[in-house]
Amino acid sequence: MIAQALTRRRERRVLPGFGLSLGVSLTFVSLVLLLPLTSLVGQLSQLSWSQYWFLITDPRLLASYTVTLLAAAVAALFNAVFGLLMAWVLVRYEFPGKRLVDALMDLPFALPTAVAGITLATLYSSNGWIGRLLEPLGISVSYTWIGIALAMAFTSIPFVVRTVQPVLEDLPAEVDEAAMTLGASDGLAFRRVILPYLWPALVTGTGLAFVRSLGEFGAVIFIAGGKPYETEITSLMIFVKLQEYDYAGASAVASIVLATSLALLLAINLWQGRFIKRLHGGRG
Amino acid sequence: MIRIGDAPSVRRLLIGIALTLTALLLLLPLVAIFAQALMSGIDVYWQNLSDTYTLAAIGLTLLVAVITVPVNLIFGVFLAWLVTRFAFPGRRLLQTLIDIPFAVSPVVAGLVYLLLYGRNGWLGGWLDAHDIQIMFAWPGIVLVTVFVTCPFVARELIPLMQAQGSREEEAAVTLGASGWTIFRRVTLPNIRHALLYGVILTNARAVGEFGAVSVVAGAIRGQTNTLPLQVEQLYQDYNTVGAFTSASLLALLALLTLAAKAALEWRAARRETAT
Repeated sequence: MIAQALTRRRERRVLPGFGLSLGVSLTFVSLVLLLPLTSLVGQLSQLSWSQYWFLITDPRLLASYTVTLLAAAVAALFNAVFGLLMAWVLVRYEFPGKRLVDALMDLPFALPTAVAGITLATLYSSNGWIGRLLEPLGISVSYTWIGIALAMAFTSIPFVVRTVQPVLEDLPAEVDEAAMTLGASDGLAFRRVILPYLWPALVTGTGLAFVRSLGEFGAVIFIAGGKPYETEITSLMIFVKLQEYDYAGASAVASIVLATSLALLLAINLWQGRFIKRLHGGRG
Repeated sequence: MIRIGDAPSVRRLLIGIALTLTALLLLLPLVAIFAQALMSGIDVYWQNLSDTYTLAAIGLTLLVAVITVPVNLIFGVFLAWLVTRFAFPGRRLLQTLIDIPFAVSPVVAGLVYLLLYGRNGWLGGWLDAHDIQIMFAWPGIVLVTVFVTCPFVARELIPLMQAQGSREEEAAVTLGASGWTIFRRVTLPNIRHALLYGVILTNARAVGEFGAVSVVAGAIRGQTNTLPLQVEQLYQDYNTVGAFTSASLLALLALLTLAAKAALEWRAARRETAT
């Protein structure tokens, strides 16, 4: 039976290059991805549990977790609304300059994060173009968590737009028709009929924006200023510890960041997989 | 037929909000970069550009891109060929593994390389003994950049090659074509736009990477500063015009990237309507 299975598998491989592409891929993945990540595990294994616990519960670090999570959540929620609006406007309406606006949506991925960082810091500083207007209103963005959230929101703009856009494009026309013939108002029809269709893409996009925001560094540090206990994000803490040659501390913090983002990404993938299965199951 | 949200008042309101927010969030920062760079006039701009340290940073950035892009191009093609043309145990795991760089904060990426190749790292002692400098030098910058950008090409190719299937290539095999001929004559023409887009994305990220590179570069001015690191250093030195001058080069590259993407998508759409 095993021999049969093997020949069947062999039969399926009619195309050449299996050995070569497997060899190249495994070598690359081992050397570039796995080996460096194991070195993190190696560094951590030198710590005892109590040492590890002590390192990751340092009060200054705990404050950084709070700021990072809070700002990333605000940024992701903003992008859920903004991304949905942009996807809707770009798919449903025609207006001059639409192609340009569409292309601009990808700017945050194309622009280096350090450039975004110094630009936002300059715009929102107390004598910057926007900061100057906000100051009389008593709103300061620079050196506060609002600035951190703003920078995170900027770098993760494309996620929601680009996940919702294709789903909205493929929306069957009957959906609109059904809602309109029932005489529902725009708001009600959108909430009850369209939003359920977009929901999986919206949640996936928002989730990805959140994960990206948690790890963002270059765009955030300039506008954040890095005041201990107030505007230090967690990835900056890794950087600070490295500058003090505290490799154990940096590794401990890195393990928290890494585990959080991998767990979130896995959850998003599982959630997405479940949804796709349900969709295919429903359609047969 | 009337669709949801097609009433003129709703349409105008939504377009208005969308355009205002886009102008404020995306267009204004873009304009600000060039305005700040040219604040003291075009002469100062050229002077800043031809500064020795800036030129050295441009050179190093180009070197990093020139090595990183081909490496990840070759890896991406092999990986995409492997996971879309063959069924084998561990295929899903492999696909998940290459997404790790997208999930990892760039600072963590820099840290793991520092732990491996740094003085106290696993390979550090051996490298030290043989007088090979990887960390705080250009090889380290190249290594972390390869790590950070390795998913882009594969990510563009895999869904496309999966959708296209392997019928054409199998037909070529029965006609007796060799592996290289099949790839060059059958596969490559089908995937060349996705491949080009993957390369453009890899290049944009390779040139602009900051977090990972700043951990392993050690910032010896003029020697291990890439353009994004140069931007940071000038900004911290309160040389705002200088910082934005270097930033404007990176912003120009970002605009070229966006234009190339739009052009590729436009051609793909035109081909779709033609067939």
